[in-house]
Amino acid sequence: MALASAPAPASTRSRLFRSTAFRLTLLYMGVFAVFATAALGYVAWNARRLIEAQIRQTIDAEITGLAEQFRQGGIRRLVLSIEQRARGPGASLYLLMTPFGERLAGNVEQVPPGLLDQGGENEIPFARSGEDYQGARPTIAIVRVYMLPAGFRLLVGRDASERDRMREVVRRAGGIALAVVLTLGILGGFVIARRILKRVDAMSATTLSIMESDLKSRLPVAGNGDELDRLAINLNTMLDRIAVLMGGLRQVSDNIAHDLKTPLTRLRNRADEALRPNAGPEDMRRALEGVTDDADNLIRVFNALLMIARLEAGQARETMAPFDASALASGVAELYEALAEEAGAELSCEIEAGVSLLGSRELIGQALSNMLDNALKYGQPADGSPARVTLSLHRSLDEVIFAVADRGIGIPQEQRAKAVERFGRLDASRSKPGFGLGLSLCNAVARIHGGRLELQDNAPGLKVFLAVPGGADRAG
Amino acid sequence: MILEAMRLLIIEDDSDSAAYLVKAFREEGHVADHAADGLNGYAMAEGGGYDVLVVDRMLPRMDGLSLIRSLREQNDTTPVLILSALGQVDDRVKGLRAGGDDYLPKPYAFSELLARVEVLSRRRAAAASAEPTLYRVADLELDRLARRVTRGAEEIALQPREFRLLEYLMRNAGQVVTRTMLLENVWDYHFDPQTNVIDVHISRLRSKIDKGQAMPLLQTVRGAGYALRAEQR
Repeated sequence: MALASAPAPASTRSRLFRSTAFRLTLLYMGVFAVFATAALGYVAWNARRLIEAQIRQTIDAEITGLAEQFRQGGIRRLVLSIEQRARGPGASLYLLMTPFGERLAGNVEQVPPGLLDQGGENEIPFARSGEDYQGARPTIAIVRVYMLPAGFRLLVGRDASERDRMREVVRRAGGIALAVVLTLGILGGFVIARRILKRVDAMSATTLSIMESDLKSRLPVAGNGDELDRLAINLNTMLDRIAVLMGGLRQVSDNIAHDLKTPLTRLRNRADEALRPNAGPEDMRRALEGVTDDADNLIRVFNALLMIARLEAGQARETMAPFDASALASGVAELYEALAEEAGAELSCEIEAGVSLLGSRELIGQALSNMLDNALKYGQPADGSPARVTLSLHRSLDEVIFAVADRGIGIPQEQRAKAVERFGRLDASRSKPGFGLGLSLCNAVARIHGGRLELQDNAPGLKVFLAVPGGADRAG
Repeated sequence: MILEAMRLLIIEDDSDSAAYLVKAFREEGHVADHAADGLNGYAMAEGGGYDVLVVDRMLPRMDGLSLIRSLREQNDTTPVLILSALGQVDDRVKGLRAGGDDYLPKPYAFSELLARVEVLSRRRAAAASAEPTLYRVADLELDRLARRVTRGAEEIALQPREFRLLEYLMRNAGQVVTRTMLLENVWDYHFDPQTNVIDVHISRLRSKIDKGQAMPLLQTVRGAGYALRAEQR
């Protein structure tokens, strides 16, 4: 049982320890501890220096005073003065020795041997009169030995335990403060890590459910606008985009299945016709010719699909070169003029001369041809009068704009986006031949040139704009 | 006009389509050999004296474009038609830049391939002699310098594009030219205009040169394209 239940909390705990928030807390605490210790140490060191300086100042003042006493009243006055001072509360340490090493006055019983022979400052353990300086915890004093005339030696010192006490206080306070801060910090780190981990876990769980095909769910957003929120919002936007693309893809495959089934069925029926037992050679031939035509049409559709796919993948950019857009536009118009005339339609041109463009001549030509083809096919006015189609080319400040306008029934605003989709045939056009790839190919061509395809109301009719960057300022 | 038999080398790694091509070309009365990879193909092409090479772009051991480049470096000018499954605009440009003479994306109709190979082969034969300034098919004449077209005693007025269309058809008289070939060579467009716009241009031209004539010259070849020729098939 213990074995069975152990892994879960252990893994939760280890996950907590491994969490970025917790690690950051630890790191931060470590850095904080180092700097806090350093700061505290610096403060303590300065305090110690200050205390030592004060002690030294006091000793110097005492020595000056005592030396003055000696100068004024000789050794007797000095002894008196020392004995008087030594009795006061919190007295300094005094020791006066004869040149022969005899103790004359003072409150210090013993000093380390040889100390008095050398002048200057020292730090020594000491004992006041009646104490043994080599006791368990000798007191430390800062002392100074002053050579009086005639070989007398005066030692003045002060108890330095004040300084050591301060150090002790600082050390203890620092230790306690650090311990408290570190404990609280680590606890805080736990809490923060746990909170963040909870949100990240929620995000992971959502991601998992999305991966298990629930593309509709979205990451939780706390609403406080922090990094996790921004991440969640961005991921949600990405998911929305993916959902749209997936929807598009699904629709495309539905449409492919639906729209290709019809010609395939027709092709099959023609083959069946040829296989009928009573079919003569002439019937067979006709049927096979029909099969060939149908197959050619299918190949054409697949080529267009492939081309769109390749354009959307950003290929074919390398074939871009400057070309004469005006010549291309009038050439394509001329190509379609005969067709328009045959269909009883009217094709007119408004083409600005001398417009050159950096791009793929073939692709732009393909797009123009699709636009004209569409206009001639679907641009029949509602009243049955002959179709009137206009191809225009204009140069704006930064764009070259090809436009094909018809006076037909047009496409309602809300259906224009659909018209640009792959296989996005509007119901109104289903009765006419075609596969609904024309405008989406135009769109792909516009996109690969960094331009755009726009459908507008021509009141009545439809006006399709293909705008490609490269206007007057770039012409040349 | 009967074409002489061509000697063709098909360099294609897919054995099914290679076998189909070899058989189809032989049925048309041509001699067709097959190489299954780039290196073999190069070796055979170098000493083979072929009229046209049909080269797949993606080949094992040496890809199609390198093969063509190597041949061209050896000053071998045998016309090459490139077949490609990639079949898009940029590939065509790359193929022609490498030294190919024509380019056909898969899937293609055999009639299209045959027409193009025949034109390539003929063009090579014609390159030896200077391009004639006068084309003649039966009683139809086209004078390239005077830009004049006559049928019998009658002069025919043609638009510039119609003139170029007829010029191309007459240069390749007796041969089948496909719609794509016309679009490429007369209009210099390498895209698919969806509708058969070419048919309309052809029927206009036909009405000018064949109308009221006992012998129509501009013939439709079902499933392939058109041919300008005096005899019926």
